[in-house]
Amino acid sequence: MSKFRMQDHVLVPKHEVLSKEVAEELLKTLGISPEQLPKIRVDDPVAKEIGVKVGDIVRIIRESPTAGKSIAYRLVV
Amino acid sequence: MTKYDDVLNKYPLPSAVKEELKAEFERLGINKTKARQIVERCYQAYLANLMEPGEAAGIIAAQSIGEPGTQMTMRTFHYAGVAEIDVTLGLPRLIEILDVRKNPSTPMMTIRLAEDYAKDRNKAREVANRIEATYILDIADVATDIRHMQIIITPDEKALERKQLTVEEVKKRIEKGLKTEVEESEGKLIIAISEPSYKVLMDTFDKLRRLVLAGIKEIRRVIIRKDGEEYVLYTEGSNLKKVMKVKGVDPARTLTNDIYEIYEVLGIEAARNAVIREAISTLEEQGLEVNVRHIMLVADAMTADGELKQIGRHGVAGEKQSILARAAFEMTVNNLLDAAVQGDKDSLSGITENIIVGQPIKLGTGDVELIARLR
Repeated sequence: MSKFRMQDHVLVPKHEVLSKEVAEELLKTLGISPEQLPKIRVDDPVAKEIGVKVGDIVRIIRESPTAGKSIAYRLVV
Repeated sequence: MTKYDDVLNKYPLPSAVKEELKAEFERLGINKTKARQIVERCYQAYLANLMEPGEAAGIIAAQSIGEPGTQMTMRTFHYAGVAEIDVTLGLPRLIEILDVRKNPSTPMMTIRLAEDYAKDRNKAREVANRIEATYILDIADVATDIRHMQIIITPDEKALERKQLTVEEVKKRIEKGLKTEVEESEGKLIIAISEPSYKVLMDTFDKLRRLVLAGIKEIRRVIIRKDGEEYVLYTEGSNLKKVMKVKGVDPARTLTNDIYEIYEVLGIEAARNAVIREAISTLEEQGLEVNVRHIMLVADAMTADGELKQIGRHGVAGEKQSILARAAFEMTVNNLLDAAVQGDKDSLSGITENIIVGQPIKLGTGDVELIARLR
């Protein structure tokens, strides 16, 4: 049996790491500094799975009951 | 279908709205110019319905959850829900969710099975046996013989069969768990106590009684129910991490009502989803309708730091930067005293502190300042 990925769980939305360029672009459009984003811990099970370092920005694609799909970002701390 | 897509993609509408519009356009077979006009009108309506900047969303959420909360049952109310399992409901449960209790009073899991196990009752039973904690008293009679200083275990054939265990397996498990020799004679298991001490005998007996022979310690009971096409296991007690690894369980669809456990095993985003789900289902069960958006805001506040925080003085409310706002919430004297000892300053930037000192608050129209342009 292949190893179970946390991201396959029904409660876990899709997480992906942003590249440096995309992250900078994002902060510019939002007009905020990275500390103003919600946080995710480096030792978060899903963060560990996708392999992030402190300071990265993670894009989370949530299934929202109101908007269908909603995109959120978290800063890795 | 693509002809509506490029019209819709020009507008930053939520995908649920886009889907709905597209479905409606296709049903009516509207041409592109009309579609563009409709989308434009919809977009205007969407903008008009967005939250105003400076609106006190948190207070609205608090009131929207608080008012129906007054109508909830206050006493700890249990009911025999799906599969005769007791679950805490009503206000006590809602408090439990918002306080992020590490050990909820009635932990419960819903376990879905892997494809090749889900349709077959016997296979479901097999998985249930792997999960449910089995103790010696479930499968055998245990007697202490003080005269010969020994414990005699008489296994119950039927119970063993139901639990899919053999005497041999039980023997091995006891030997490993208690680190003693177990003798087998005439279908009975005998543990001899070497030391002639009544205390040692009773201690061994107690240990034996508490020894988990099979399954997961936290899972006290498993019930099998048919849900549509497949068999689902409901458990009393919860241990997400271990259950997800059990053979035959579908880890992706295994749930627990212990939110802190979800946070530890599946991470912050799963915890956010779990808070929303649990809160909504608790409210709905009581016949109360609260818009998800309010709950989502609460869940966002609880998970914003990457750590699951409770609402309350050890969490969201306790981390307010203003001394006055914290003092106004709970433990007034302690907060003021600590602040005085440390010589803290309050910058009066929030709402509560400005109301306390009698200044206009920075909300709504108070959030903007006007500067006259001199000509």
